[in-house]
Amino acid sequence: MTFAETKIADAFSIYGETIGSRLLLGTSQYPSPDTLRRSVEVSGAEIVTVSLRRESSGDGKTGQRFFDLLKSFGARVLPNTAGCHTAREAITTAHMAREVFETDWIKLEVIANDDTLQPDVFGLVDAAEKLTRDGFKVLPYCTEDLSVAQRLVGAGCQVLMPWAAPIGSARGLMNPYGLKTLRAFYPDMPLIVDAGLGAPSHAALALEMGYDGVLINTAVAKAADSVAMAVAFAKAVEAGRMAYWSGIMPPRDMASPSSPVAGLALL
Amino acid sequence: MKITVNGEALATDAATLEELCRELGFADAKIATALNGAFVPKSERTGAALADGAAVEILSPRQGG
Repeated sequence: MTFAETKIADAFSIYGETIGSRLLLGTSQYPSPDTLRRSVEVSGAEIVTVSLRRESSGDGKTGQRFFDLLKSFGARVLPNTAGCHTAREAITTAHMAREVFETDWIKLEVIANDDTLQPDVFGLVDAAEKLTRDGFKVLPYCTEDLSVAQRLVGAGCQVLMPWAAPIGSARGLMNPYGLKTLRAFYPDMPLIVDAGLGAPSHAALALEMGYDGVLINTAVAKAADSVAMAVAFAKAVEAGRMAYWSGIMPPRDMASPSSPVAGLALL
Repeated sequence: MKITVNGEALATDAATLEELCRELGFADAKIATALNGAFVPKSERTGAALADGAAVEILSPRQGG
């Protein structure tokens, strides 16, 4: 059976929903709404992330206009709690997002530090516990720390979104060992690398390691050609997944000739 | 009565969150509200009384990562 033939079976699920694309896309920082729309379209992303901010326009329509644009994508909307520094802020934001976006999915972010935007894992676990009790399906932006992952799973999270590197840093997988450990410890849990990926090769590497997907925003939005970069990431994600599925050759210390040794002429 | 809306000072006669949203032109807008840090669902804005010094947040969909 070829990879193409297994592609449908290769889809993964989050909270019981089948997701066909392993590339999740953020919607922020694009040069124009049309560039965003075309980037989402060519990426094939089935999940796009969004946020809530203060309504600023006199007519109260700023949010409505963006909401209408979102609906035209036909993708599932995943609201975040970006910018929240406490569990309390994140919980309140999640409730507001649930009402506005009409979804109980929440990408839970509790930020510890403005320079690194690293997760406050204590606040994260606290918020995850409370939001799960309130009926939310929590997708936590976390670190690759196994003990934190265990606490989040204990809090009811059925998917984890560990960072690769600080948000927007484009540094790629800073701790591949930690990410591999997490993958090995949770072989059946949907794991999505979120944050810090800059190049399509970073995304491919995450998928080659067996991660179920990646979430990309800045690397696409801030590219000189966002639409082309969205295609590049989509191809990298597919290549990485195909490579993982196909069985990647392990590295070895010594050379091994690829041409036959038998039949070598004596010259 | 003096309150704040999204961090800006505002003088209003609105007695409830529902009245305030209407006064600001947000009656039919795609918004979510919080009063003094607590979420107030749309269905409860009518019963959410405003007091002097109240802090109101009115949020709406925006791009996000």
